[in-house]
Amino acid sequence: MTLAADPIDTVREALLDGGGVPVAGGTKPALTGALDVSGLRGILEYDPAELTLTALAGTPLREIVTALAEHRQYLPFDPPFVDAGATLGGTVAAGLSGSGSHRHGGLRDFILGVRFLDGTGRLVGGGGKVVKNAAGFDLPKLMVGSLGRLGVLVQVSVKVFPLPEAWGTLRVQASDVRDAVALMGRLATAPFELEALDLDPPGTLLLRLSGPRATLEPRLRALARFIDRPATVEDEAVWHGARELDSASLAKVALTPHALAGLDDALGAFPRRYARGGHLAWVAAPPGELDALLRERGLGGVLLRGSGGPLLGVRRGGAFAARIRAALDPDGRFPEI
Amino acid sequence: MTLLADLARCVPAERLLTGTAQRAAFASDALTSFRAAPLAVVLAESGEEVVEAVRACHRHRVPFVPRGSGTSLSGGSLPVEGGVVIALNRLNRVLAIDRESRTARVQPGTINAAVSAAAAPHGLRYAPDPSSQSVCTIGGNVAFNSGGAHCLRQGMTSNHVLGLRVVLPDGELVELGGGSLEVAGPDWVGTFVGSEGLFGIALEVTLRLLPQAESVRTVLAAYPGLEAAGDAVSRIVASGLLPVAMEIMDALAIEAAEASVKPGYPDAPALLIVEIEGEREVVEADAKTLDALIADSGASEVRATADGAERALIWKGRKSAFSAVGWLAPDYIVQDGVVPRTRLGAALSEIERLSAACGLRVANVFHAGDGNLHPLILFDGAQPGALRVAEELAHEILRMCVRFGGAITGEHGVGMEKREALAELTAPEDLALMHRLRRAVDPLELANRGKMLEVAA
Repeated sequence: MTLAADPIDTVREALLDGGGVPVAGGTKPALTGALDVSGLRGILEYDPAELTLTALAGTPLREIVTALAEHRQYLPFDPPFVDAGATLGGTVAAGLSGSGSHRHGGLRDFILGVRFLDGTGRLVGGGGKVVKNAAGFDLPKLMVGSLGRLGVLVQVSVKVFPLPEAWGTLRVQASDVRDAVALMGRLATAPFELEALDLDPPGTLLLRLSGPRATLEPRLRALARFIDRPATVEDEAVWHGARELDSASLAKVALTPHALAGLDDALGAFPRRYARGGHLAWVAAPPGELDALLRERGLGGVLLRGSGGPLLGVRRGGAFAARIRAALDPDGRFPEI
Repeated sequence: MTLLADLARCVPAERLLTGTAQRAAFASDALTSFRAAPLAVVLAESGEEVVEAVRACHRHRVPFVPRGSGTSLSGGSLPVEGGVVIALNRLNRVLAIDRESRTARVQPGTINAAVSAAAAPHGLRYAPDPSSQSVCTIGGNVAFNSGGAHCLRQGMTSNHVLGLRVVLPDGELVELGGGSLEVAGPDWVGTFVGSEGLFGIALEVTLRLLPQAESVRTVLAAYPGLEAAGDAVSRIVASGLLPVAMEIMDALAIEAAEASVKPGYPDAPALLIVEIEGEREVVEADAKTLDALIADSGASEVRATADGAERALIWKGRKSAFSAVGWLAPDYIVQDGVVPRTRLGAALSEIERLSAACGLRVANVFHAGDGNLHPLILFDGAQPGALRVAEELAHEILRMCVRFGGAITGEHGVGMEKREALAELTAPEDLALMHRLRRAVDPLELANRGKMLEVAA
C-alpha cells in the first residue's frame, strides 16, 4: 500500500518553512509553532497471521491496541499513556516502554521499520515489515528515543504477539526500598517469568504473571512462597496507575537495580515509581533539580512533561551521536538534542 | 614513518604478522569464494592496542578490517587488499557477570557460547544462538546483528546489547548506552549494532542475560511435504502459542544431516522442530495445546522430549545442516533471505521452480516462525560456469524475497556477498542515506571498507 502524498507534503512544507521546530503528537498540549503531524493517521497494514502491524506515525495507540485486541494480539512493550491519547510516533520518538516490557523487551525490541522526513525534508527509511531484517543500518532503532530531533516520523512497523490467556498480579510488602531491591535481586535469577516487576516505594512490589488460565493460581502460590513476605493477589486494575502516570512534571530515568536505592534516597519527597525490575524510574521532580541529581549519579533521563530537557543527566553518544545527527540534519532544522 | 613501522609501535613484533604464509591464514572467512591479502595482521591483546592500531591506520589512510573467528557467511571479515586486519580473538575475557542486573560485560573476542557458560553458575544465559555459537565471537555478532534458531521469541543480538565502548574509525573513543535495559534519548547502541564494522570497533560489550528456562520441551514432527509442515506452523501461530523456535528442514537437508552428524531423524520429505520453554506449569499446559495441534496436522511421525541429550541431538542435526550439505556436493552457497511468514509456501514453490530451471539442487533449512529462509544451493565448482549459475540462482531468490515484501538478509548481513543486491533492491534515497551516515562517521571509509556499501571514490 502506498501512502497518500498530501499529509506528508503538508508536514514537509511546515518543516522546511520552520526551523528548530518541535514535533507534536497527541498528548502534549499544542505547542506554539509545533509541527502538527496529526494528519498522518491510520493503520496501513495488519495481517494477524504475520504478527506485524504498520501504521502512520500520528495514529493514536488506542486505535492500534483496539485493532490488535480484536484478534487477541497486543503490543508486548506495554506502551504507557494509551488513554491519554499517545500516538505511535510520539511513543517511538520519546522511546517509551511500560511495565510489561520486563519479560519480552521494550519498544526497541519490537520496532521493525520506519519512514521519516530527515532535516532536509527527504522521505527516507529503513528496516521493513518482516520480523527479521539485517540489511543495512538499523534506522528503526535510531528513531527510538530520537525525540523528534533526528527526523519526523511518518510511518512505523512493529512486531506484535498473541495476547496471553490470563494474568495474575501479586502485591508484596517489603520492609523498605533496600529490602525491595534485595528481593528483586533474588527474583532476577529465579525461574519465574514475570511479565512485570514494579516497585511503588518504599516497599510495595507489584509482580505480574501471564499465561494459560489454569496455571496462574499455582504459579502465584509458588511465587508467594519464594518471596516469603506478606502478599495479596490483586486485580488487573492496579496496573492502570502504572500506565497512565498523571502529573504535571514527569521524567523517565534509565536505571540499574544497583543505583535504585541511592536515587530513591536523593529523591526525597518527589513522587516516583520503578518498573522493569529496577531498570526504569518514572519521576515527578523539577527538571533542573532532577538533571543535577542524575548527573551526580551518572544516570540519564528524558523529560516527558514540564519545561526544559528533553534530556536530563548524563548524555551518551559523544562524537558518534554528533556525526549521525549531522548526516540527518545538515542544516540544523531540528532543535539540539 | 611507514604504516608497518607505526604498527610495530602498537604491538610487540611477534604479534604483528607480515609474512606471506601468516597473512594467508587471514585471507578469507566462511564465505570462501572471496580472498584478499592484507598488508599485515595485528593480534591485539588489549583495547588500547586496538585503539592505537586504528589510529595508525587512520594516520596513514589505510583501511582496516576487525576480525574475530572469521565465521561470517557474507564475507564480512574479508580483508581489504593491502589493508590491515585487526584480530580480536585474544580479547576474550568475560569481565563481569552482574546477577541482579542480569548483565554481562565482555571483550569482543569472547566466544558466544562462553558467555552462557560464564553465566550458567548464576542461573543465567545469553540467548542469541547462531549455529556457529561454539566458535563465533561477540564482536562479530554485534557487528552483524547475528540471529539464531531461538530469535523467534528471544530476538536477535541487537535485542541483547545494552552498552558499548567503541573506537570510531578515526580513533576517537565513545561510550554508548550502559548497563540499563532502558535507553534515555536516541538508541545509539541499537544504531551501532549491525553496522557491519563500518562505524568502528566495539572494545567492550554489555550484554543482557536471561534466566535459564525452568523447563524445555522439543517436538520433532515428520511430514509428507513442506506444505504440510508449513501449515502446521501457521496453526501454531494462530493458536496463540509463542514457541522459542520453529524450524523446518526438507528432504535434502535431512539427508545431509544424516550423512554427517547422524541425528536419527525420521526418513521424511519434511521435518518440523518446535521448541517451547518457560515455567514448568506453563510448558506443561502449552505442550498439551501443541501436541493436540501437531496430532491434528497430518504428521507421519512425532517425537517429543524434555530430555537434554535427545534435545541436543535434534538440534545438532539442525545446526550442522550448513556444513553437512558438503557431504552432498563439492560446493554450496548458503543463502539467507526473509519473506512474510504467510508467503513461505509460495516462496518454497518458487525456489523449487528456479532450482529446476537452472538444474541445480537446493536444500532448504529455515526458521519457519519468522519467514527466514536458508536455501543451500549445491553445485560443483569444477564444472565450467557452475559457480556463476549458482550465484545467479542465489540472486534470483533474493529478488523473490523483495518481491514478496521481505528482506535480502535476515541474519547473515550484507557483507561482500550482498552488496550489489543491497544496491539493486534498496530504494535509491534509502541507500543514499546509508552512504551519508557512513561518510559522516568515517569520511575516509577506512573501517571495513567495501562491506555492505560500495566504496564511493
